[in-house]
Amino acid sequence: MDFATFLQISDTALRFATPLLLACLAGLFSERAGIFDIGLEGKMLMAAMSAGAVAAVTGSVWLGLIAAIFGSLLFAAVHGIASITFRGNQLIAGVALNFVASGITVLIAESMFGQGGRTPPLEGAARFANIDLPFAETLGAVPILGPFYAEVISGHTILVYVALALVPISWWVLYRTRFGLRLRAVGENPASVDTAGVSVVRLRFSAVIIAGVLCGLAGAYMSTGLQAGFGREMTAGRGYIALAALIFAKWRPWQALWATLLFGFLQALALRPDVVESMTRVAIPVPFLDALPYILTVIVLAGFVGKAIPPRAGGEPYVKER
Amino acid sequence: MTKLPTWADVGLVPLISLTLAALVSAGVLLAIGQSPMQALTVMVNGALGSSYAWGYTLYYATSFIFTGLAVTVAFHAGLFNIGGEGQAQLGGLGVALVCLALPWPHWTIALVAAMFGAALFGAAWAAIPAYLQAKRGSHIVITTIMFNYIAAALLIYLLVNVLRPDGQMDPASANFPSGAHLPQFQEIPILQGLFQRFGADGLPRLNAEGLPMYQQVPANVTFFIAILACVLVWVMLWHTRLGYAIRAFGKSEKAAVYAGISPLRIIMIAMLISGALAGLMAINNVMGQAERLVQNSASGAGFIGIAVALMGRNHPLGIFLAAVLFGFLFQGGAALGLETDIPIELRTVVQGLVILFTGALDQMVRMLLGMFFAKKGAT
Repeated sequence: MDFATFLQISDTALRFATPLLLACLAGLFSERAGIFDIGLEGKMLMAAMSAGAVAAVTGSVWLGLIAAIFGSLLFAAVHGIASITFRGNQLIAGVALNFVASGITVLIAESMFGQGGRTPPLEGAARFANIDLPFAETLGAVPILGPFYAEVISGHTILVYVALALVPISWWVLYRTRFGLRLRAVGENPASVDTAGVSVVRLRFSAVIIAGVLCGLAGAYMSTGLQAGFGREMTAGRGYIALAALIFAKWRPWQALWATLLFGFLQALALRPDVVESMTRVAIPVPFLDALPYILTVIVLAGFVGKAIPPRAGGEPYVKER
Repeated sequence: MTKLPTWADVGLVPLISLTLAALVSAGVLLAIGQSPMQALTVMVNGALGSSYAWGYTLYYATSFIFTGLAVTVAFHAGLFNIGGEGQAQLGGLGVALVCLALPWPHWTIALVAAMFGAALFGAAWAAIPAYLQAKRGSHIVITTIMFNYIAAALLIYLLVNVLRPDGQMDPASANFPSGAHLPQFQEIPILQGLFQRFGADGLPRLNAEGLPMYQQVPANVTFFIAILACVLVWVMLWHTRLGYAIRAFGKSEKAAVYAGISPLRIIMIAMLISGALAGLMAINNVMGQAERLVQNSASGAGFIGIAVALMGRNHPLGIFLAAVLFGFLFQGGAALGLETDIPIELRTVVQGLVILFTGALDQMVRMLLGMFFAKKGAT
C-alpha cells in the first residue's frame, strides 16, 4: 500500500468511524449507568430517517439534525420507561426497539415521499458541508504529516469534529465531574448511590437521554453527512458494531475512539479488496473483512486480550429497598 | 404489587399485551393515512381466507415454532439466545450439504439425514457462544449477536466461492436432487383434497393426464415434525431430570449449584438443544420450500422466534399458538404489500411492538392488572 492509498483509506476510515464513535459513546453513557443498550441500531436508524426526511422537506440540515435528535430521543424515552420505570428486561426492550425502528422508518419515509422507503436525495444546504481546516493548504507541503493533515484530518463535516471532540468531553464528564462519578457508581452499585440520597432513576434517565442525543447525531451523520439521504436499513448493523467497539474499549472513552477507528479502518479496507490482496499476497475474501470486527469482539469477550468486565449492575433493574 | 391469579397471568397478560401492540399498530397506520380496518381485512383474507393462504401461514408458522422453541429452551436456562438467525442459517448449510451429498432414494431417508445435519450445524454454531459464556463469562447476548453477523459473512463466502455451481450467477447452491423433495401439503393424500383447484364452472380442473390439479403451497411435512418438537420439548422441560435441572438453573444459579447442578453442563446442553432447534428450522425453508440454499435463507425467522417465545410465555403450547399468529402476521403482511399501499415492513413494526409489550413492558401490564385485582379484592 503506497502512501496515497493509505491516506485515501484513512480518510474513508474516519468517515466510517464517526457514526460508530458517536453510537459507541452513546452506549458508553448508557451502559456505564447500568442500562444495557442493544437499541443503538434502532435509535440511529430512526435518527437517520428523521434527519433525511426533515432536511429534504425544509432544505435545512440543521432542522434535520434537530429532528434526528428528537426521533432518537423518542426511542430512548421508550427504552427508559420500559427498563427503568417498569423494570422490564433491558435487552428485550432494545431488541424490540430495533425491530420497530427497522419497520417504522420505511413506513414513514414511504408515506411521506413514496420512493420505496427512501428519502429524496439531499443537496446543498440540506447536507452537512465539508469543512477545510485552517492551513490545510499551506501545511500540505510538510512531508508525511502535512498530507495527512490536509487529506485525512481536514475536509470533513462538522459532525466528524464534534464526534472527535466528544471523546475528551466524555472522559472529562465521566471522570472529572460529580455527575460522572455518580453515573459510574450507579452502574456499579446503585444501592450505594441511593443510600447517599441521589436518585438512581434520575441518573439512569439522564444517561439514557444522553445516549439518545448521541445516537441522534450518529444517525444524522449517516443520512446527511456520509450519504445524501435515508435508505432502508441504512445503518446496516453499525449499532451492533458500536456495541462491539464498546466492549473492545472495555467501556472507556479514549479506547472507544481507537476501537471505532480500527473498525472504521476495517470497513474502509473491505471496500478495497485489491489493496488488501496486494498487502497480504493472498486473496482475503471480502466477507471475512466484513466479519472481522465481530470476530475481534468475540476474541476480546473471550478474555484472550485482557478481560472485558462490564459495569457490575448492568442489565439489572434497580429495586429500592423498603 | 398484587400477585395475579394464574389464569390472568397466563392468559390475560399476553392478551392485553397483544391488544396494546395491535392498538399502537393501528395508530401507526392512521398516522400514515391508512385504514387499519382495511389492513386487517386484507390480512385476514390473505392469510386465512383460503386453503392456499393457510398453506403459506402454516409454512411460516412451522419455521417460527422451531425458532420459538429454540429461544424458549435457552430462556428456561436463564440464557437469552439472540443467535437463532445465525444458527438457522448454519442449519441450512447442514441441510444443503446433506441433500447435495447423495442422490437420495426416498425423502424419508433424506429427511432423517438432513435433520441430523441441520441440528448438528445449528448446535455447533451455538456451542461456541455457550462455551464462552460458561467458561469465560462472555455475555451470551453479545456473542450470539456477533455470531449472527459472522454466520451471514460465512454463508456469503461459501455460497459465492464454494457451493455455487459453475456458470450460475446468483449466490446459491445447486438445486437439491429430486429424492430430497419433501411432500408438500397438496401432495399428502389426506390433505390434498383441500388444495384441489376448481375451474370457473365449479368442476375440478384436470391436467393433461386427466388427474385433478392441486394448488402448490410451501407448507410441508415439516409442520408435523414441528408439532412433534413442541411435544418433545414439553416432555424434556417438565418431565425429565434434565429439564428440571435446566429450569432450576434458570431460576437461580446459586441454588442450582448448591443442589449439585453443574453450570457448565447445563449452559452447554441448553444452548446445544437451542441451537439444534433453530437449525432444524432449515428442514422447513431450505429442504421443504427453496430446495437449494440461498443467501439470507432464514430471512428473519430466527428473530421472530424471540417474539414467539415471549408471546407464548415460554411454553410449547403457547409457542405453537404464537407461531401460528406470527405466521398469520407474516403472510398477511405479504398480502398487504401486494394489495395495498401499506409497505410490507408493517409486519416488522408489529413484531417489534409485540416483543416490546410482551417482553419488556409486561410489568406495566401486570401493574395495571394488579391494581384492578387489588380493588376487586378490597370490596
